[in-house]
Amino acid sequence: MDILVLPRKDLIVFICFAVVVLAMPIWLTPFGAAYPGLMQKFVIFALFAVGYNILFGLTGYLSFGHAAFLGVGSYTAVWSFKLLTMDVLPALVLAVVLSGIFSLAIGYVSLRRSGIYFSILTLAFAQMCYNLAYSVLTPITNGETSLQLSRLDARVVDAAFGVVRGERLPSPSLFGVELGGHAGFYLCAVVLLVAFFVAQKVFNSPFGMMLKAIKSNQTRMSYTGFNTRPYALAAFVISGMYAGLAGGLLAVTDPLAGAERMQWTASGEVVLMTILGGVGTLIGPVIGAWLIKYLENIFSAFNDAMLHRTFSFLPDGLQDGVVAVASKFVGEGWHLTLGLVFMLVVIFLPGGIMEGARRIRMAFGQRSGSAPQTKPDPVPAE
Amino acid sequence: MDQRPNIVLHVDDVFKSFGGLHALSDIDLQVEEGKTHAIIGPNGAGKSTLLNVIIGRIPPSRGAVVFDGTILTGKKPHEINQLGVVRVFQTPEIFPDLSVLQNVMTPAFAKRDGAFRVALARPLERETGIRDEALHMLEDVGLVDRREVHAGALSRGDKRRLELAMCLIQKPRLLLLDEPTAGMSRHDTNTTIELLKKIKSRGMTKVIIEHDMHVVFSLADKISVLAGGRIIAEGLPSEVRGDPRVQEAYLGGEHA
Amino acid sequence: MDAILAQLLNGLDKGGAYALIALGLTLVFGTLGVVNFAHGALFMLGAFCAVTIRLLLSMETVTIDPEKLSPWGTPLEVRTPLAQQWFGDWGSVMLDYSVPLAILLAVPIMLILGIVMERGLIKHFYKRPHAEQILVTFGLAIVLQEIVKAFFGPNPIPQPVPTDFRGAADVGAWFGLQAGAVTYPVWRLVYLLFSVGILAAVFAFLRFTTFGMVVRAGMADRETVGILGINIDRRFTIMFGLAAVVAGVAGVMYTPLLPPNYHLGMDFLVLSFVVVVVGGMGSLPGAVAAGFLLGIVQSFASMTEIKSLLPGIDQIIIYLIAVIILLVRPRGLLGRSGVMET
Repeated sequence: MDILVLPRKDLIVFICFAVVVLAMPIWLTPFGAAYPGLMQKFVIFALFAVGYNILFGLTGYLSFGHAAFLGVGSYTAVWSFKLLTMDVLPALVLAVVLSGIFSLAIGYVSLRRSGIYFSILTLAFAQMCYNLAYSVLTPITNGETSLQLSRLDARVVDAAFGVVRGERLPSPSLFGVELGGHAGFYLCAVVLLVAFFVAQKVFNSPFGMMLKAIKSNQTRMSYTGFNTRPYALAAFVISGMYAGLAGGLLAVTDPLAGAERMQWTASGEVVLMTILGGVGTLIGPVIGAWLIKYLENIFSAFNDAMLHRTFSFLPDGLQDGVVAVASKFVGEGWHLTLGLVFMLVVIFLPGGIMEGARRIRMAFGQRSGSAPQTKPDPVPAE
Repeated sequence: MDQRPNIVLHVDDVFKSFGGLHALSDIDLQVEEGKTHAIIGPNGAGKSTLLNVIIGRIPPSRGAVVFDGTILTGKKPHEINQLGVVRVFQTPEIFPDLSVLQNVMTPAFAKRDGAFRVALARPLERETGIRDEALHMLEDVGLVDRREVHAGALSRGDKRRLELAMCLIQKPRLLLLDEPTAGMSRHDTNTTIELLKKIKSRGMTKVIIEHDMHVVFSLADKISVLAGGRIIAEGLPSEVRGDPRVQEAYLGGEHA
Repeated sequence: MDAILAQLLNGLDKGGAYALIALGLTLVFGTLGVVNFAHGALFMLGAFCAVTIRLLLSMETVTIDPEKLSPWGTPLEVRTPLAQQWFGDWGSVMLDYSVPLAILLAVPIMLILGIVMERGLIKHFYKRPHAEQILVTFGLAIVLQEIVKAFFGPNPIPQPVPTDFRGAADVGAWFGLQAGAVTYPVWRLVYLLFSVGILAAVFAFLRFTTFGMVVRAGMADRETVGILGINIDRRFTIMFGLAAVVAGVAGVMYTPLLPPNYHLGMDFLVLSFVVVVVGGMGSLPGAVAAGFLLGIVQSFASMTEIKSLLPGIDQIIIYLIAVIILLVRPRGLLGRSGVMET
């Protein structure tokens, strides 16, 4: 069964990753982040970033429109809750299928161009989706008020199975088990693990190597006999489906879908996550997503009183000054910090955190005298 | 039995003009199966244009290029490759971000799986057939020790050898070489010639575009001399060498 | 006829803003080869120059006049704007004209900002991939807009039209139509003339000065100009500053039409990228033509007749045009071929 096989090294990575994800409620406690709402976000955005990286990291195509697929996934899942059943399985499957169809259409057109033109095409499509969701598509998207569940929704499948309409809004469930709090987190975690495994398969497969080759030298690729466009399109659709799945999970943890999820700044956010963690690596985007969501949570909760407490060791005059400056970077100003960190990473560490970790490891390796054995170059490099 | 030689590539009466300028006129070439056919000429003779017309990159103003009964004009690069026509570039085109071994495995997949296939199930490590084939190829070109190195880190001569390995692993029916030693040091030029001689014995058809006479005379079975967009002489190396028109074309321009 | 003229005019002022932003964007791309996602932020910063000037001018001192009493019997507080104290009657005029006045502040600030940006950041990205250029300028755009948000808050800050330019002009009458058939706010007319003037100035500068000729030569063939011993880099730096100034003053003058908020730049950026692409990357006339064209098209698409025919078309028309242009004519309306394809 080749399909379930991973090389030994990747299997170890997968097992470690699974342990880390599933043990989140334990190791996040000291960070004060072990509540389900936040952990669900960690897992869902990690999934989004892992998928995005299959496109950007492997093929090098920089899409600024992936939030549109996230939005499509969310809307689809909520509609599935409204019309069919509160069970999450059909909701997620439909979210993936529909976002797949969307990404196939958008990708097919956008991939006729490369470079900056591709980025602008994806941006244009995402803005179209966003603008339409806010205007003429309000019957489907409910516009600014966001699409929500209602007690009066049809839910034909549930009705057929004789589920009685309760007094309160129903919540999403899996085979009858309600998915509040930790149950919701574990569902997302399992989905993430499956998706991570698939991403590992992509990275290790001949298909993944072709995608890297497209990024490396597209001319050679076509003169080598590959039709590069369907390869890039396949990567685009796969990453679009990941985005749709993430959008579906967002709707599972909170059955509500708004158009702001599709805005291009939301697409920008997943780019930030991927770059910050390390583009083209498997773990990097996950770390990037976690870091950004964690910092967002911590930083945006900070207020002046907390800052005064933090800097209380300073003399009074200085303290006020420091707090005044620092307050611009926290709370409402958290995006300022994010923008700065992001710029610094792009300028000094284009490989992201993973690249930084590698450099630190090398520095330590050299100090202890066990530098990785590299063969001396027999031919002088030009 | 038909004793006539089998013509694989036929450049049929090709004209190409850019604006009012005739880059190529009246080009008629017949490349025999299994032979090495060289096209030489001074700078600006139209060699690169001719190659680009053959590979389908530039459409001719008139005429056609036929490979084994199929018209190449208007086909996409990957379609031409899948027909068995493989190109070596003037500056080696490799995948700088992949390892040397992966560089050679990639074209082997193109040969086995065609122009597009989403092969996800089997990990790269388990593709032992292709892996062994690629290692063999690397051994032939003398790069097997450097199989795990990033290809971008190779020297120019090694990149050329790598590119040759990438082309040869596809067992092409026709190999097009565009000035394979351009810009190389003497040492790299010599190793490249040795390598080309080695693959000559495998009997695949080759068209080689070259500026450097030294390279051509040691490799070619037949030579066409291009000057001013026309073929001014054609024949065996010994015949071409003594042809006064060739002398003039070269000495009149610059001596190689 | 009336309706068409009205829509044409409606599109023109917005088109002017698009053209001014896109001009700078394409100028920077043509000279430096850099895709600047922070260019919209420069437009936004210009707009906030206007806000700043107004804030400065309307700072007040409060004095208590013991002689007079308010109707409630307390001493009357007299609030005098600083501008009035310093400049007398001129002060209130200045306050009224704060928006045009802001240009005086915006020009040096944007020039310096542009040059600092180019020397401090963009310079280091010439040789790096376009994706990284996009990413770092995207980061810069976030930083700039968040700084503005930190100082001015998240809400739009309306700016007044100078009293003399309020109201509407009866444009219809000029064209021999019935009086009052087509009216048009005076300030929008001013903006249109202003943008045409700036565009003409930039083109004249590039065409008739030696500096401009060198820059244009550099855009066409950077290496040759470098070989001639001309320091093209310094000129390109100044061009970056100039592009920033153009975006900045475009932002200043736009404030009475659209109260600026911190994400104004991002909103205009996406649109002006579309404009640049439609016009053709690196083509100056293309950017101008496409700017006005898209402004007009957008204004026609928001006519009720068209909207009832194609619901939602006004929301997507610009992007739709961009997609179509990119697919059928990838180099845009007036662009050179093969620019930035990889």
